[in-house]
Order: sequence, then C-alpha cells, then structure tokens
Amino acid sequence: MTYHDNKTLVTISNVSRRGMLKGMVATGGLVLAAQIPGARAVLAYATGGDQMPNGVKTDPNLFLSIAKDGTVTIVAARAEMGTGAARTSLPMILADELDADWARCRIVQGEGDEKKYGNQDTDGSRSVRHWLQPLRQCGASARLMLEQAAAKRWGVDPSEVEAVHHEIVHKPSGRKIGYGDVAADAAALPVPTADKIRLKDPSAFRYIGKGNVPMVDLFDITTGRATYGQDVMRPGMKFAVIARSPVVGGSVVSFDATETMKVPGVEKVVKIEGTPAPAKFAPKAGVAVIAKNTFAALKGREALKIVWDDGPNKSYDSVAYKAMLEQANQKPGKVERNEGDADKALASAAKVITREYYVPHLAHATMEPPAATAQLTGGKLEVWAPLQSPGGARDDIAKKLGLAEGDVTVHNTLLGGGFGRKSKCDFAIEAALLAKETGGAPVKVVWTREDDLQHGYYHTVTADRFEAGLDASNKVVAWRQRSSSPSILSTFAPDPKHPFFIEMGLGLVDAPFDIPNLRVETGEAEAHTRIGWFRSVNNIPHAFSTQSFIAEIAHELGRDPKDLLLELIGPPRIVDLTKQVTTPYWNNGEPADSYPIDTGRLRHVVELAAQRAGWGRQLPKGRGLGIAAHRSFVSYVATVVEVEVDSKGKLSVPRIDTAIDCGFAVNPERISSQLEGAAVMGLTLARYGAITYKSGRVEQSNFNDYQLARIDESPTETRVHVVPHGIATPAAGVGEPGVPPLAPALCNAIFAATGKRLRSLPIGNQLA
Amino acid sequence: MVNVHVNGQERTYAGDPTMPLMWFLRDELGLTGTKFGCGVALCGACTVHLNGEAVRSCGVQMSDVAGKKVVTIEGLDPAGNHPVQVAWRNIGVPQCGYCQAGQIMQAAALLAKKPAPTDAEIASEMSGNLCRCGCYQRISAAVRAASKGA
Repeated sequence: MTYHDNKTLVTISNVSRRGMLKGMVATGGLVLAAQIPGARAVLAYATGGDQMPNGVKTDPNLFLSIAKDGTVTIVAARAEMGTGAARTSLPMILADELDADWARCRIVQGEGDEKKYGNQDTDGSRSVRHWLQPLRQCGASARLMLEQAAAKRWGVDPSEVEAVHHEIVHKPSGRKIGYGDVAADAAALPVPTADKIRLKDPSAFRYIGKGNVPMVDLFDITTGRATYGQDVMRPGMKFAVIARSPVVGGSVVSFDATETMKVPGVEKVVKIEGTPAPAKFAPKAGVAVIAKNTFAALKGREALKIVWDDGPNKSYDSVAYKAMLEQANQKPGKVERNEGDADKALASAAKVITREYYVPHLAHATMEPPAATAQLTGGKLEVWAPLQSPGGARDDIAKKLGLAEGDVTVHNTLLGGGFGRKSKCDFAIEAALLAKETGGAPVKVVWTREDDLQHGYYHTVTADRFEAGLDASNKVVAWRQRSSSPSILSTFAPDPKHPFFIEMGLGLVDAPFDIPNLRVETGEAEAHTRIGWFRSVNNIPHAFSTQSFIAEIAHELGRDPKDLLLELIGPPRIVDLTKQVTTPYWNNGEPADSYPIDTGRLRHVVELAAQRAGWGRQLPKGRGLGIAAHRSFVSYVATVVEVEVDSKGKLSVPRIDTAIDCGFAVNPERISSQLEGAAVMGLTLARYGAITYKSGRVEQSNFNDYQLARIDESPTETRVHVVPHGIATPAAGVGEPGVPPLAPALCNAIFAATGKRLRSLPIGNQLA
Repeated sequence: MVNVHVNGQERTYAGDPTMPLMWFLRDELGLTGTKFGCGVALCGACTVHLNGEAVRSCGVQMSDVAGKKVVTIEGLDPAGNHPVQVAWRNIGVPQCGYCQAGQIMQAAALLAKKPAPTDAEIASEMSGNLCRCGCYQRISAAVRAASKGA
C-alpha cells in the first residue's frame, strides 16, 4: 500500500490550449494543467481512491475551463445514475473551492477514458468518498491562479487579492475583476506549487455541505429533454433486438429467419457467438434482428426459429439449489474468521439458538432497460450508452472488436438507474458487434423488460446459518455463522465456489460484535448463472440474517432487541480484524486509519434512529417496530421500521426512521433522497424480490411476476437523520448503505406486530 | 394511413397499424421524453395524454389514435412550467429521472380531472407508475404541492 508515501512532489506546467477540452473553451479562456502525482500537502486524509484502477486525478485542466464571459465549464467524468453525485455533487465541490457562482457553471459529460480522467467506475458508493479531496484541490489550484493573474494586472501583491464568488477583489482598494476577464492571463502564468494552494475554510463554503444545489438535470428530466441510453437517436440509425440463449452458457445450434425476413422493416439477421465461462461482460450467444424501427425488430424476433444448445447450466433449479446451500451449511466449511473457540464454547454453552435465513437472486430492474448505440466508420467506433464504467467499457469493447483503445469513443448518456446492472457493458459490446453489420450506419440495441429480467447479472443467492451459545447468565458467548452463496468472481475468473475477499468484506466477516468466541465459515457453492453487483451487494443477505438473528435471540431471552443489539456491538472501540480473518480484510478498499470499524459510531446511529422513532412507544394492535443496523461502504446506518399488518395479512409501512453516519455530508439533500429511495428498494426486495430458475431459465419476465413496490404500498413517511460531522471526518458511502438494514428492520417489525418470524425472503404471501 | 395530432401538430403514419403509439412517438417522431419501461402497461413510464386522458402509450395501437390528440411530456407546457413540473423541481423529486416524465403526465391528468385530490386518491391514481429509485414520498408531496398551485 502506498497511502502513506510522502508523495508531495507537484509539477504544474503551463499547457497550450490546443487539444485541451476540445471544442469547449471559448477563445481567451483559461485552461489549467497540473500533474500532481500525490499532492499529499493539501490532502487531510488518505482514501482508497489512489488504489482504484487509474486512480484519482487532481489536474484541474481535466475538469475545468473558464470562458471569457466567465462561464465555468466543469467536466463530469463519472456516471450519473440518479444519486446526483456525478453531475451535481462532484462539480459542486470543484465550483465551491473555485469560489465560482454555481449559476454560471455548466456541466458537460466526459467520455469514457480512465487514463485521462482517472477511475470512472461509478459503483461501490465511492464517488464523493474518493473525489471530495482531489476536486477541492482542483478548484483551489485554479482559484489561486486567477488571484495571481489579477494581482499582476493591477500591479499589487498577490496577498492583497482574493477570489470571491466569481470575482477577484483587491482588498485594500475594493477593486474587482471577473474570473473571465483574467482567465487568459491566468493561463499564461507560471502555475503554483501545491504548498501554495490554500483550501477554503469550511465556514466559507457556499455549496459544500449545504444541500442548496438542485440536481443539474432537474429541468431536463421534468421536461422530457434528458437523454438516456434508450433515447439515443442518430441520423440513419438502425434498431436491433436480440434473442439470447435462455440458459447462461448456452449456444445457437441453428436458426431459421425466413419468417423474420418477411416482417416489413426487418433488414438483417445476425448470429452472435457466446463466450464460455468466465465470460466477464462478453454477450450471451444469440440471434440479432436489425430493422428500421424497434417494433419491426421485435416482431422479427418473435418470428425467429432457433435451436439452442442449453449448455452446462441447463438443470439450474432454484428450489434444489436452496436445499443444496442449506445442506452445505450443515457441515463445517472454510474458516474465514476465527476468534476464541466457537466450537468448544458452543459445545459447553448452557443454551444454543440455531436459525437459518435465505435471500434469493435479485434483478436490478432499472427503469431504463439496458440499451446501447454504436457506429463504426473508417475503423473508428463510437458508442453511446448508459454505462456505470464508461472507461472500462471502452477497454472491453476495443478488446472484443480488436480495435485500439484510441479508436473507440464512448459517450456516456444519463443512466435510467444503475444499481450495478450498468457496471456490466455486455449490451454495449452487443451494439459494437452489430455496428460491423450495418455498413457504417449507427445501430441501437434495445433491451426489453423481458430481456432485462432474463439476461441480467443477478444478485447472488445466499443461505446463512447461525448458532449462538449462551452462558448460564444468558450472555452470548459463542457465535458461529455458516454462509453459502455463489461468488461474483465466477463472472470474471474460474469459479472459486466460495466468496472472495471483497464479498467477505460486505457484511460477512466484519460484523463488529463483542463476542469472545466467534467463527465465520463458508460452504461450497458453484455458480450456474451470471452473478453481478447489486446495490449494496452481499450486505443485503448478511444484514438480513444477522440483524434478524439478533432480534430472535432477544425474543428468546425476553429482552428488548435494541438493547441486545447494543450489547452485542459492545463498548465504543475500534475493531481490528487483522488477526481474526484468514484473508486480509478489505474494508471497502479504504485505509483503516481513515475509515476504521468504529463501534461508537455504529452504536450512535442505533441510539439516534431509536430515539427519533420513539422506540418503545405503545402501538395499537397489528402495529410493530423493528430495528436493524449495519456498517457498509464505510458508513453506519440504523433503521427503525414501523409496520401495520391487518387481519388479512396486508402489510403497510406508516413510517421509517433511518439514521446515517457517512462522515462529512457533502450534499445532505441528496443523502436524504438516497436513503428515502433505499427504503423503497429495501422494501421491494423484502416483499417481492426473487429471480428463480427452472431448467436453467429465469422464471420471471416482467413487472407482473417481478414486482416492485408501488406508491400505494411504500412507506408513508421516511425520515432521514444525518449525523453531523465537520469536513475532517472522511466522507463515506451514501448510495448503497441505506439498503441493507431495511429488510431485517421490516421483518423484525412484522414479528413485533404479528409474532410471525420471516426467515426466507421474499415475504410474498407468507403473511396471508 | 393514420392522422394524429401530436403536441398540436398534425402527423401521418403509414406503417404497421398495430405498432404501439410509444414506438411511433419515440422512433418515428424522436419524442423520446416518452420512455420505454416495460412494453406491457405495467410501469407507466410511457404515459401520455390521449384526448386528455392519461394512457400507457405502449398499450395503444396506431390504428386506435386516428383523429385523436396526443400530448407528450414535450408538449405539456411550452416552457416546461406546468404546475406539476414546477412542483417536481421545487421538491427535488427525481433521482435517475427515467420514470419522471410518465409520473408527471399521470399527475397532470389527475389534477386536470380532480384539482384537489386526497392523499388516498393520489396514491391510487399514481399507483400505476413505478419508480425503481423510490421517489414516491416526494412524488406524493409534489402532487399535493401542485394541487395547491405549487
């Protein structure tokens, strides 16, 4: 690890405007360039940003230009999928450090190019966490150059001038000049070294931490002008849909397109070859229908006659697989974490409580099904698509087509939801492959909802089994968890048949409990479908099982579940897992000194959520409160759900209180929005979420059998309580950590209301 | 041949009469504010006004719209300042935004018919419009705000 290197070398040089922010910079504008390898001089704490592929960048030239009229153009290089991080919060950070007027800033989307922009893979709740400090540095560098340019023009000492809200002020005289007026001069100046850069005092922030900046795309979204991947229209464009192998790993034996070619508007039918596992994001085998419009392509696809070879996964069956996972948890597994001697302590315990939990596969079901457009002309490929990882997609596409990276341009559209689905660029590779078949015309591959639900990269399926040993005084002295689930790694590498280190760090080995004998084991589980990241990933099943189990122990002991939760979390302390885990602890890629496991902070969100929810208050019959807490993406979240279950088993959720400690809150308004949404997604997965297989095929097809919570069954009121911190407390994840506590808090509330304990998701008709 | 008014303009269509209105709006007219979400009238992302009624344009065939008036999100208000749109912005409803045009069209049709709906009526009328980001709490608030003149 190089987090603590003294990389303070900063080399900043003038660059010509040629080739910089091509086509965006008005004549006479300022372009800054800085090559700052580490620039620790201005960074207060280390993050895992440097360890991501292609790292973070602190070069303002990459992200910023100022036109003569003062317009500040900021490049959003990451993907905007609805959190507001990429196109609002990150540019807002840069603008605030620049002390720019947000009303005079415009945002442009950067193309997929990680060598240029640094890491663009928008997942893992990392955008603000990794980019807060680098973008502050970018803004502060540019602000100092503007100040120096103004001082030079006035012939005064730079210490007498200050950039204030889009103007530079000469403090002794009160003279002012606009940013645009000195932008060209600033570009001609020698650029400052990092030790000269002065970050704003947080008291001077106009936007950071305020929640006063609306989403950049708000107007366009409300007027239908916002463009998503499905909406891309290019002159002369063709439309394609693909019939894909219904079983992962299957192939096309033969096909007959005679009837397809009779459909008016259908122009061409193309076979797409599959790739044996591990296929990463290579498309499934299939047959594509290219037509003049989407409807013709769809009708043409219906008329295809295809003979499939279903391949090695043709007997994948969710009922049988669940039994297999549960069986695997009956016997000792691979030891992943060990403290004390759980086997011995269980054998000598006064009482042992054993429970099993299950969470099935889930599909992301982004409201925008995947779609991508590609055009190949003169050996150069252009792609327009909604991609969480536009830089990674560019590399994968270039490799698949045998093109040089420089010959592939990836334009990232807005994403109509991501949740991990659009981290996988299979649909963009499909478009790129079809672009070779259209004689230079652009072609858009449209996925239908059925395609989306049946050909995704699914959240894994998990069985967890717990045994807790109690001593004679009813104290939990032993804890053994066995967990079995197919690994995401099987999508990328030979199937390890056990979770790999990243998955183990998503709520499996990092439960911060104060239990002297604690062991976590994993059983063998082979993947038979494409497993992928789903918003908050393995934290979903592990938070569900762990937080349900704690409430079950509390019930057995006749204790308040919140009190037992706090007792198991133990006193405020920093938990060091180094000596307990058999694989180095991942910590979401973050250095432990910046982002430790701090049980004091976990306790605090539990107490805060409970207090705001009125934990312990009297409720009418049929109502109940449930609580759950979980640390994920280096944030701490506790959720209290209030439910009502009527005599017919109809479930409603009048209120949710969620407390989050995500360190410094850069954009509190969007944090609330994310947690309100996480409550709905958590409710959806708990009530309805299940992708199931029979004969290797997904059984669900559309929103009739893969239901999402609707407005009339959603929480009436979700109250979000953000723990306040100064900027010295490292900003942590927001997009994902709201999801994991919801399902267990909900099921704990249902138990409180009805006495019915739900251990297998989804709830479905279990309350009827 | 189908003649249809879309956002005040006369349009003609000579193709497959079974083509859903949604694909005509999107692929033929380029009015992509009307979103494709499910294709089977279960999500509401493609909601438009047909002679003033909110309909799922994926479930209406071109042969059914002859001589009728279609309004899409692009035509709801020339400046984008319909009270529902203004309320949506004031409350900061969207996350990804993909479903929001359909939500707004549904809400606008509701308020045209019933200017002061109850909370239960809002929940019932909006229940055909899915939002995977889960913006429902703010959608309810925005419809209420719009009903009071934003």
